[in-house]
Amino acid sequence: METEFTPIASTVGGVLIGTASVLLMLTLGRIMGATGILAGFFSPASRDDFYWRAAILAGMITGPLVYLGLMGEMPAVEVPISLPLLLIGGFIVGIGVTFGSGCTSGHGVCGMARLSPRSIAATATFMVFTAATVFVIRHVIGG
Amino acid sequence: MRIIIAYLIGIVFGVGISLSGMANPAKVINFFDVAGTWDPSLIFVMGGAVIVTFLGYRFVLKRPMPILDRRFLLPGSTAIDGKLLAGSAVFGIGWGIAGFCPGGALPALGTGRIEVILFTAALVAGIFTARALMHFRRPTVPTQA
Repeated sequence: METEFTPIASTVGGVLIGTASVLLMLTLGRIMGATGILAGFFSPASRDDFYWRAAILAGMITGPLVYLGLMGEMPAVEVPISLPLLLIGGFIVGIGVTFGSGCTSGHGVCGMARLSPRSIAATATFMVFTAATVFVIRHVIGG
Repeated sequence: MRIIIAYLIGIVFGVGISLSGMANPAKVINFFDVAGTWDPSLIFVMGGAVIVTFLGYRFVLKRPMPILDRRFLLPGSTAIDGKLLAGSAVFGIGWGIAGFCPGGALPALGTGRIEVILFTAALVAGIFTARALMHFRRPTVPTQA
């Protein structure tokens, strides 16, 4: 499945992701990591901790609706794999990000921006394993 | 106030993810498919996000404290251990299979697409399973083989 190369939209999107990360650190003093925010939502340290996590998750979910208002359509979501694989993938992602203490936003953006050796090691590891998995699925098994 | 600010920041993140293409598994998987239908767009997402965050953090973290809290909560651990690397490797395998990472999937829930809801349910199941495994594996009495 081909997708269009979108350097400008992707750069603007990246800048907004970075802006959100900076604003969250500036205001609440927290790392903008989807894994950490989601995990803490299910086991909040306090009532206030639950409220800000719920609010930021609600804001994230509102994002595509704002995008719809701006662009006139929902962002594209094309799933090129079967439903069982999607569920297996989701489950594996949940296991991995919990043991790895973070994902693309926490390690890949915020940790890398802090030049944290731990996050750089984590990011390098998951990027290599993601690329290897895609290669195996597309060119070894599916090829 | 904290709740309103958090909600607005969530919207900025969600619009960013929507624009970037990270909410689209086909685009994410194509980024990693250098040998096939390669789409390099996500380099621009990562580049834009990391540069802005790097520059912004330099100013923000010079402050004694955040505006709406008493202190910055930064990860204290610096250990590059087996748990971090194995977890990240497992995450990479899952990301390569599904094409969604948590930061891409959570905003994508707003599209109302059933695939995103199912992925997120599986993701949460994985998080709870990993937590249970961590408790289970916490060293107690050495077991005899």
